[in-house]
Amino acid sequence: MTLDAWKAAAIEDARARNLPDLVPLIEALARAIEALRRAAWNEDASGAPEADA
Amino acid sequence: MSGPHAPIAELAAGLEQGDLTSEALTSACLEAIAAHAGLNAFIEVYSDEALAEARQADEAIAAGRRRGPLHGIPVSLKDLVDVAGRPTTAGSRVRRGHRARVDAPVVSRLREAGAVIVGKCNLHEFAYGTTSEDSAFGPVSNPLDGSRSAGGSSGGSAVSVATGMAVASVGTDTGGSIRIPAAACGLVGLKPTFGEVSAEGVVPLSRSLDHVGPITRTVDDARLVLDGMTGRRSGPLKPAGVGALRLAEPRGYLLDLVDEEIRAVFGGALEALRARGAIIAATEIPSAALGPSVYLGIQLVEATAYHARTLEKHPEAYSPAVRLRLELGRYVLAEDHVRALAGQRWLRREVDTALEGFDALALPALPIPPPPVGAAFVTIGDRSEPVRSLMLRQTQLFNLTGHPAIVLPCGTTAAGLPCSLQLVGARGRTADLIAVAAACEAVFSSL
Repeated sequence: MTLDAWKAAAIEDARARNLPDLVPLIEALARAIEALRRAAWNEDASGAPEADA
Repeated sequence: MSGPHAPIAELAAGLEQGDLTSEALTSACLEAIAAHAGLNAFIEVYSDEALAEARQADEAIAAGRRRGPLHGIPVSLKDLVDVAGRPTTAGSRVRRGHRARVDAPVVSRLREAGAVIVGKCNLHEFAYGTTSEDSAFGPVSNPLDGSRSAGGSSGGSAVSVATGMAVASVGTDTGGSIRIPAAACGLVGLKPTFGEVSAEGVVPLSRSLDHVGPITRTVDDARLVLDGMTGRRSGPLKPAGVGALRLAEPRGYLLDLVDEEIRAVFGGALEALRARGAIIAATEIPSAALGPSVYLGIQLVEATAYHARTLEKHPEAYSPAVRLRLELGRYVLAEDHVRALAGQRWLRREVDTALEGFDALALPALPIPPPPVGAAFVTIGDRSEPVRSLMLRQTQLFNLTGHPAIVLPCGTTAAGLPCSLQLVGARGRTADLIAVAAACEAVFSSL
């Protein structure tokens, strides 16, 4: 699931559950997850060598 | 000085020599609890039981059956920790009707060491917050300044020690919940190495990040209470020589966003250590800025998994902010959780590397003074930042990595609010970290 698709679905669900105050938290979480997905430790299925810490 | 504000070693000597009784000491704590009831530090006070335990301690000591330095010392517990036959409220209406069947192992250990349990302390609901303002039992107040947060989530524990309601307290720390209130109340807070103190019988927030540890008035008190919690006997405190200390400032994320007054006090504290021969150098934790992302990817998921059943049945029983955080955890994808677990291992290696050649990392415990009660945002320089993320900023990384960390007062702001130094040591070497902290404490107390 792409981050944008995930975020849109999460916000739609929060609104459908009458939890509008959750929306800014989801947006903040989306920023955190975006950073997580860009992190150097993520593996690459193409076989590219992993970086070391 | 022989009251609850005295160091444990001094109280223990008084008890052993018959100059002081545990009954008198416990009575003084119970009187302080009554006198400071408005601070809302306690959820349940065990007055009769505590006095009975104190009298038993006095009899045993008089009969030559002294168990050690904690024998007869009044201790409070965060109300996240099970005591047999008593409710563990976790500061929440969700736990109404709960009664623990047995003592948590940490309580059993403390009882074996002879500690007198005076009661259970108020906290941020389910330990899921940094201010102790969201509790079914009302907010905890900071005794140093009622307009400021007491910190959390072990806020009641810190207040109990700061005001002499207990000589020491048992807290828990998932992102900083021992260190934050200890810093906000001008105390010592120790998060041991992950797993060093059993978290069994403690209501979890995030099991792979939860730590149990002491809040005390001095570093030596923290050592003695940690001994009691683990059943170890570490022997007399041997502070490290200040002139031989090698401390490292983790430049970058962990020092980038700090209130100017806090930065000045922190800098002055390091300068005082340097003037006495300590070597203080810069080090790097290159991925520290990713700590909050990794933390959320683990902590949100684990907390929500634990609460899922009650969240579905009784969502209204949670305070609104805690409920929202729990709801948020339902949206984290499994693949992102796995990324966070990989990040945790990565960050652990980076902190290990940053510590190489040093006795400890040194950084402010909090980047801001205790924030105003009720504030959601505070301003640093020209930036408005969420209080919650600021209060976790310097502490949560070391929950992820499991390194032991201790906070101790190192000065005050112009308004008299406490500033604290955080020291982070090598995993599995909490005793060495305590020795470093004791050396720093000796310098700060002479300033």
